[in-house]
Amino acid sequence: MTSRPVRIKIALACALTVLLAMTANGCTKKPPVARPTPPPPDTSIITDVPPPPPPPPVSPGGERQPGGETAADRLTPDVDLGSRSLDELNRDSPLQPVFFGFDSSEVSPSGQTTLTANADVLRRYPSWVVTIEGHCDERGTAEYNLALGERRALAARAYLVSLGIAGDRLRTVSYGKEFPFDPGHTEDAYGKNRRAHFVITAR
Amino acid sequence: MTKTRCFLLLAGWAASVVLTAQSTSQTPPAKPQQPSELELTISGEPGTPPHFAVPDFIVADGNDAETVALGQTIGEVLWDDLAFEREFDLIPRDTYSTIPVARSFAEVPFERWRELGADGVVIGFVRRNGDTVTIQVRLFNVRRGQSAFAREYSGPRSNPRFFAHTIADELHEQQRGLRGVARTKLTFSSDRDGERMAGPTRQREVKEIYVSDYDGANQRRVTVTRSLNIFPVWSADGRAIAYTSYRRGFPDLYVSNIYQGTPPEAPARGTERVHNWLGAWSPDGSRIAFTSNRDGNPELYVMNRDGGGVRRLTNHPSIDTTPTWSPGGNEVAFTSDRSGSPQIYVVSADGLGSPRRITSESYADRPTWSPAPYNEIAYAGRTGRYFDIKIYEVASGITRQVTFGEGSNESPAFAPHGRHLAFTSTRRGRSQVFVVGRDGRGLKQLTTAGANFTPNWSR
Repeated sequence: MTSRPVRIKIALACALTVLLAMTANGCTKKPPVARPTPPPPDTSIITDVPPPPPPPPVSPGGERQPGGETAADRLTPDVDLGSRSLDELNRDSPLQPVFFGFDSSEVSPSGQTTLTANADVLRRYPSWVVTIEGHCDERGTAEYNLALGERRALAARAYLVSLGIAGDRLRTVSYGKEFPFDPGHTEDAYGKNRRAHFVITAR
Repeated sequence: MTKTRCFLLLAGWAASVVLTAQSTSQTPPAKPQQPSELELTISGEPGTPPHFAVPDFIVADGNDAETVALGQTIGEVLWDDLAFEREFDLIPRDTYSTIPVARSFAEVPFERWRELGADGVVIGFVRRNGDTVTIQVRLFNVRRGQSAFAREYSGPRSNPRFFAHTIADELHEQQRGLRGVARTKLTFSSDRDGERMAGPTRQREVKEIYVSDYDGANQRRVTVTRSLNIFPVWSADGRAIAYTSYRRGFPDLYVSNIYQGTPPEAPARGTERVHNWLGAWSPDGSRIAFTSNRDGNPELYVMNRDGGGVRRLTNHPSIDTTPTWSPGGNEVAFTSDRSGSPQIYVVSADGLGSPRRITSESYADRPTWSPAPYNEIAYAGRTGRYFDIKIYEVASGITRQVTFGEGSNESPAFAPHGRHLAFTSTRRGRSQVFVVGRDGRGLKQLTTAGANFTPNWSR
């Protein structure tokens, strides 16, 4: 039972090497598992997005283009991202987060636009492996939010797979409401925290 | 139960009255004198609980400061333990100061205790013998001047609280037939260490698993992974904790035998693709229900403790999560958003038949099924902006509320006898662990360091 105070040894044997998913080596395996049918790409949006322009020549100064109107515009690389370290890539990521409605894991039209742009980047850098993190705002419970974050990550992944990105380049992990991006308690903060967040784990 | 007390060495001291703490028989304490007239249960005025006094335990010989402090601690903790169950009305300890200290059990000033309104008084003597102490304790019926409960314990002097908890449990058992919880434990997760993850997520705070006594004393950390460790639950035998950990970068279920030096087991065998979380032990400890994404969507599964015999419990394109077992182990309650919002459902433990919905909240989660004899499901239901703890009585279908809009109140967990709940509340700032009676009375905050989450109570 529970009562052996004198004998309590805190079992640090579980003490363990911290293996970080984020740093997990990417060049692995894993066939995509069966998924629910991904949401069909919204063709009207797909056709509205121009095909990705070829990467412009690298300008040593690397001046960024002024921010465009759409995610796809913003993501247009003007430098060779392939030369950056993982840390640098994730600090200023070319992969934009996808935001969700309250208690929803449905990819919205604007989320589809974002994912289409992310797919372009992933096609341009075919060696990249990413982990899609599912996050939630603080208003739900910790327990349920872990499943909701999982659904968000899976939904973003399924959409990318439907755009032709290989499933074995796309891992998912849900953090529920454990790691809010904006610690505030406003609608604005909640909106930022309901997201699928992309972390590049191998390049 | 009995084996757990093995470190209390029981002495056969004094021919008269020693009831060994290891005896589980219901035999009342033997009394040499007037055995046939002895009234062992102390009662108060009709309709009111008896009034009890619990002064400091008395140092029998000498008065070294440490032993005096030990006797004081036992008195204080025993008073708290007895007050917690509300079977007796405890007379405040600061009113005892003018009453002479008894030199022996034969010299208890019953007249003075009676003037204070006491129906019963607990008198204890402490004898120190090196690193061990021997405690003799009696509960006296003040009106009759008779002993109604007499025990002797000896053990290491390092943990006086445990003597008090043992006395409280045995006193509740003998006086009230109540299986007390004073020696049970809590487990919860905490960010108090302020550690951060390494790697690309290095700015993120970790959470580790903690255990404590039922009253919040002796809080100790049991994981050191520098990762997220959440949703701890005690095994049926209280020797292991199952919890969800991200130590390998993804959520998986781990079982740590916390009193042994063995590495934790990962019976659900998670991988980078197959994630498992929110384990719940069956009442007999043989199985674990949990949530997994292994079929592409959060669904519920049941496995044997060693990871074998995995069975799928739910099959629905919505979210199914947060399982809890009925006291008999034949049903599982869980959370699903199949109706459009998270609600609590009940399904048979073999997964057959349609789950039946039991809540009509705007948002409900973390069902936790009470132990027998109560048949209740506590959960967190959204009331306005935040959550409150509610209890659904299975037989009647009636729901009652336990907390009322002070902060957000979530993650309820029943005490092993079902009379109390642990839960988290933000009513005083960050999330902390509280306990409260199942009637909503007797609120008590147990944690203050950092923020603390998802308590669970050992059986």
